[in-house]
Amino acid sequence: MANFDIETADGRREALRRMVTIRAFDEEAGNRFADGEIPGFVHLYIGEEAVGVGTCASLDSDDYIASTHRGHGHCIAKGLDPKYMMAELYGKAEGYCNGKGGSMHIADVDAGMLGANGIVGAGPPMATGAALSIDYQDRDQVAVGFLGDGAVAQGQVHEAINLASTWDLPAIFVVENNHYGEGTPVEKQHNLENLSDTAQAYDIPGVTVDGMDITAVAEAVAEARERARAGDGPTMVEAQTYRYRGHYEGDEEPYRDDEEVERWREQDPIESFKDRLIERGELTQEEFDDLRAEIEASIDDAVEYAQETDYPELSAAYEDMFVEQPPELERFANVARTDGGANGGDHR
Amino acid sequence: MTAQAELEQETETMTVREAIRQGLREELERDEDVYVMGEDVGLFGGVLEVTSGLYEEFGEERVRDTPISEAGFMGAATGAAATGTRPVVELMFSDFMGVSMEQIMNQMAKMHYMFGGKAELPVTVRTTEGGGMGAASQHSGTVHTWIAHFPGLKAVAPGTAASAKGLTKAAIRSDDPVFVFENKMIYEQSGEVPTDEDYTVPLGEAAVEREGEDVTVVATQRLVGESLGVADSLEGDVSVEVIDPRSLYPLDTDTIVESVEKTGRLVVADESPLSYGTHAEIIARVQEEAFFSLDAPIQRVGTPDTHMPFSPPLEQEVLPGDDDVRAAIERIA
Ligand SMILES: Cc1ncc(C[n+]2csc(CCOP(=O)(O)OP(=O)(O)O)c2C)c(N)n1
Repeated sequence: MANFDIETADGRREALRRMVTIRAFDEEAGNRFADGEIPGFVHLYIGEEAVGVGTCASLDSDDYIASTHRGHGHCIAKGLDPKYMMAELYGKAEGYCNGKGGSMHIADVDAGMLGANGIVGAGPPMATGAALSIDYQDRDQVAVGFLGDGAVAQGQVHEAINLASTWDLPAIFVVENNHYGEGTPVEKQHNLENLSDTAQAYDIPGVTVDGMDITAVAEAVAEARERARAGDGPTMVEAQTYRYRGHYEGDEEPYRDDEEVERWREQDPIESFKDRLIERGELTQEEFDDLRAEIEASIDDAVEYAQETDYPELSAAYEDMFVEQPPELERFANVARTDGGANGGDHR
Repeated sequence: MTAQAELEQETETMTVREAIRQGLREELERDEDVYVMGEDVGLFGGVLEVTSGLYEEFGEERVRDTPISEAGFMGAATGAAATGTRPVVELMFSDFMGVSMEQIMNQMAKMHYMFGGKAELPVTVRTTEGGGMGAASQHSGTVHTWIAHFPGLKAVAPGTAASAKGLTKAAIRSDDPVFVFENKMIYEQSGEVPTDEDYTVPLGEAAVEREGEDVTVVATQRLVGESLGVADSLEGDVSVEVIDPRSLYPLDTDTIVESVEKTGRLVVADESPLSYGTHAEIIARVQEEAFFSLDAPIQRVGTPDTHMPFSPPLEQEVLPGDDDVRAAIERIA
């Protein structure tokens, strides 16, 4: 069963909803970070919504994705609940990772979401691994590894794609070329016009599509998925896109000018898709405004939930290291909490 | 040498970040063969802003941005060092050492030895460590034990602004691979820093940051400052000596042993995980050389064997701090 089928009017509306949800979520995450409510780093997906949603539109709900440090959009595209995502951003016990992961590490394996990832290039090997399980157990699924243009330079990415190709695994590698790796433009990291040209080295198809156009992304991924399920191995899809915000919140962006950002904003993936739906008579501007208002309200609820729900118990800091917990942890934890002399004892 | 003696030179107050930057700038000026490379060290100025301004000053050849290819540039730096230049690599977060470990452990560490001493490897790797920023476990690791453990690599970890500058410069001038572990929570901490362009902290020389009679605290990085604060607050009750080893490998065993011979009590405070680590090495050396001087069990302060959690209260829970140092002192004093 598809998550939502962009070939149908309902599916298209769902796609629009998810894109708007990502934007609203990330705008609010940015505001809450600026207010000092969210610790750590926050990397927003604003501007890139068509890539995550277009990809997930062509996946079934039990397909896997492995994400990047810019993972909020992938989570929402895959169907994760903004409420528990926001709680995770706040470090609360009700968050997807019980407050242990934060923005960069949101995961929900049951939902097929193998984790955002703080390590650039670490997602593709996870996707190759998921595809290996699928292939090994003859399951009818695929696995998508998302990666940035910067991540294409990582050694482990090369190894992962080569492995998936050699073993004909049902994997898809979606390169989100947003033109920057932190503050370094893609031209300073690669000597290629199209990053999808790297696919040639693995003898797999590589296509470059307009990542501001959700249908272009969805079509390319749908085709890749057909190949994968037919046992023909992986595909690389490069989506040319752009992030409107800095690399992370607080980035002063000395590496680019406002004009460039403005140029990309003119091709906004949400605006253009909405306009197309209106043209086709599937949506009115009023309906869209209502939809957005409804979504923004739900994000406000998510923030409120995140603010009000509790932090984890302190003992959680020592839990989940292993399935069978060794005694050292308890011992050290007692010393760390300075409530007992487990280490050294009462020798006096 | 005591930290005091070093500061009898002419000094200026600056942050740890500025001290490192000044050290880099001086070495870039002093030696044409020195250059800085890493992710976003150039135009962007480094994610933790240590290199900011250097790109404008020295140009993109000498402050060069790399792709996000740690194994690639760590290996390239090794090859470059073996062939006549002196690269200074910035590895954004020490956690990313994982992706470049092959080049570090099998190439950089072994080359001088396996080539029969016929290659010199004047490579410096600067990297950040530690929790406290809510950055979760893939950006908060304290891994200096790994490097200190590999024969062939040197590891230093400054706890003050002065030693941050002095160690950075000594590392760059060294003909061996040296890793400089910068705790990111002390970049804003300021202190007196010698301005002499030839001021360096010799690798393998500890600093007695505070003299005391009853308990020796060997503390590293952020915990140096925290331990000094605890020592001050216990003044009158317990006289605490605080030693910053500064250099983890080579380690100045003599200074530590001498201190323990005087105080008879030892606390080792280091942010790395407790098991099989930096603490164990320091303690082993003290047991070997000063066992009969000990009047009480040695205490360790560190991160329990868990990962740095994201959630702020959990992070504070596992992150060793002044309260842990105080509790450790109180258990034995
Ligand atoms: C192994 C590793 N190296 C460096 C980093 C620091 N870092 C985080 S995101 C990033 C840029 C990634 O660029 P890209 O892959 O293009 O993704 P984008 O940020 O553009 O989405 C870098 C260098 C990291 N997290 N992991």
